[in-house]
Amino acid sequence: MVQLSCSDIQLNFGGVRALSGVSFEVKKGEIFAIIGPNGAGKSSMLNCISGVYRPQVGKVSFEGGDISSRSPAERAKMGIARSFQNIALFKGMTVLDNLLIGRHLHQHAGLIQGGLFFGPARREEIRHREFVEEIIEFLSIQGIRNKVVGTLAYGFQKRVELARALALEPKVLLLDEPMAGMNLEEKEDMSRFIIDTNEERGVTVIMIEHDMGVVMDISHSVCVLDFGRKIAGGTPEEVQQDPHVIKAYLGEEDA
Amino acid sequence: MQCGDFKTSYAADMTIFDTRSTRIWVFLLVCLIFSAPLYSSNYLLDVANRIGIAVIGAIGLNILTGFTGLISLGNAAFMAIGAFSCGFIGIRFGLPFYLCIPMAGLITAGLGMVIGIPSLRIKGLYLAMATLAAHFIVEFVVVKWESVTGGVAGLTMKTPAIGSFALDSDRKLFYLIYLVAVASIFFARNLFRTKPGKAFIAIRDQAISAEVMGVNLLKYKLLSFGISSFFVGVAGALAAYQAKIISPETFPITVAIDYLGMIIIGGLGSVLGSIFGAIFITLLPEVLRLATTSLSSSFPALVTVFSSLKDLVFGILVIVFLIYEPNGMAARWYAIKNYWKLYPFSH
Repeated sequence: MVQLSCSDIQLNFGGVRALSGVSFEVKKGEIFAIIGPNGAGKSSMLNCISGVYRPQVGKVSFEGGDISSRSPAERAKMGIARSFQNIALFKGMTVLDNLLIGRHLHQHAGLIQGGLFFGPARREEIRHREFVEEIIEFLSIQGIRNKVVGTLAYGFQKRVELARALALEPKVLLLDEPMAGMNLEEKEDMSRFIIDTNEERGVTVIMIEHDMGVVMDISHSVCVLDFGRKIAGGTPEEVQQDPHVIKAYLGEEDA
Repeated sequence: MQCGDFKTSYAADMTIFDTRSTRIWVFLLVCLIFSAPLYSSNYLLDVANRIGIAVIGAIGLNILTGFTGLISLGNAAFMAIGAFSCGFIGIRFGLPFYLCIPMAGLITAGLGMVIGIPSLRIKGLYLAMATLAAHFIVEFVVVKWESVTGGVAGLTMKTPAIGSFALDSDRKLFYLIYLVAVASIFFARNLFRTKPGKAFIAIRDQAISAEVMGVNLLKYKLLSFGISSFFVGVAGALAAYQAKIISPETFPITVAIDYLGMIIIGGLGSVLGSIFGAIFITLLPEVLRLATTSLSSSFPALVTVFSSLKDLVFGILVIVFLIYEPNGMAARWYAIKNYWKLYPFSH
């Protein structure tokens, strides 16, 4: 079943065309990887899906409905969560508070209730704290839950960002280079978390990743972008054999 | 001796005063504050009242600037709106002060939200300029709208009274001001452990990812302007009752600068910092004046030098603070507290 589809996406920044006519479909429950050389438009594509950018042409549909004109907050409400390439956590807050912001959409306390912290607001905080603790355990970050995020090591920050996105209880999770700058061990951990998220929680994952080994190992289908165009798509095996992909990555052999 | 902090429930982990000894100290502090009028001089009470008002105003500004990251130079204007609307309602409709003050707060909140509308588009220095413009617009309106504000001559506040019991002195006003101040502290501190408060902080730290997390930026920025202006408006109304006569000159732009100084020195994004900052900035000129008057009597030849020295020392202190404790007095307080908490075994 197709959960999310992008059709004929075209995105311009002034005269620069970042994406032209990109279309793909993501099935429910799969791990979908977007790959491509630097500057291919991968992050722009993710930004179009999460609503940070609005493409000039084309349509993004989610679970059958057109969401092209929705704001990022509305898309989050529908169940699209994301992480950022260059870590966009709330640096001044603790890990716990970062995750609790992920619960924003599931909380109801208003200004007055919150300020007085009586009955419902108090119970709500405890309930969501329990939920967040579950995610903390899932990603094994118990030891750093009270640390201020800005002081954490890079690998942990990436993990906290995944945790924050999961706190939203998303249906689709967009990950922008979740393993960039990690060593082998950290990459293995992160791959495991992504697979667990996908399998145990049933979350559809769309990720951008440069590490071909990881992409070929864990993703179910792959979309290859180059210079803002989709040059190939399909299962990892198909993509690996595709002459266009080989050309984009390795260049052409001299005739 | 306390050997650590162990909690067995999430509710316990969320409490603000988490140990028995903190609760006892806070209780003693509150007792001390509320018994102060029984033995303090009029001068001390005047200063104490100004501190109490500054605490409320500084918390208000900190909600907007320190927690939500929206710089505002319109604080004095918001205080003026609170003061004049409180005075006007009291005189025209003859309402008692306990209705006038919250209504003044609500009016200020409404106008604050209107002034906050541009904040969705502009931030940083540009927002500072926009709120500065708002200050002068308010000042202009206060001077010109004579039927409401009394114009240049100003407004004489009605003496606040509960029935026939008039709060006509600093001694009696003290209780009113400090009840409101304690309520403000309580409210603000709670706000930042629940949904709206956390959304404010998220907007400050990372507006884009806050939006991706589902925070409606326009709504929460305006909400921040509203709640902040409410506090500041209430502070303005209380200041008006203390001053008794208010005129367009009661809330000059320097008041807004003072408040910014309070939250920067006390600690941006900290309720405790707002309290420290309010105490510091209000006490500083008083201490400096005491020092200069006593020095002047010992060195009569240098009177003029000392009187101008006051501003200089004020400026230097602020700069020194910014260099050596940029996170404010609150950060230093927590550092000291954590050091002594488990002394002498800090592990």
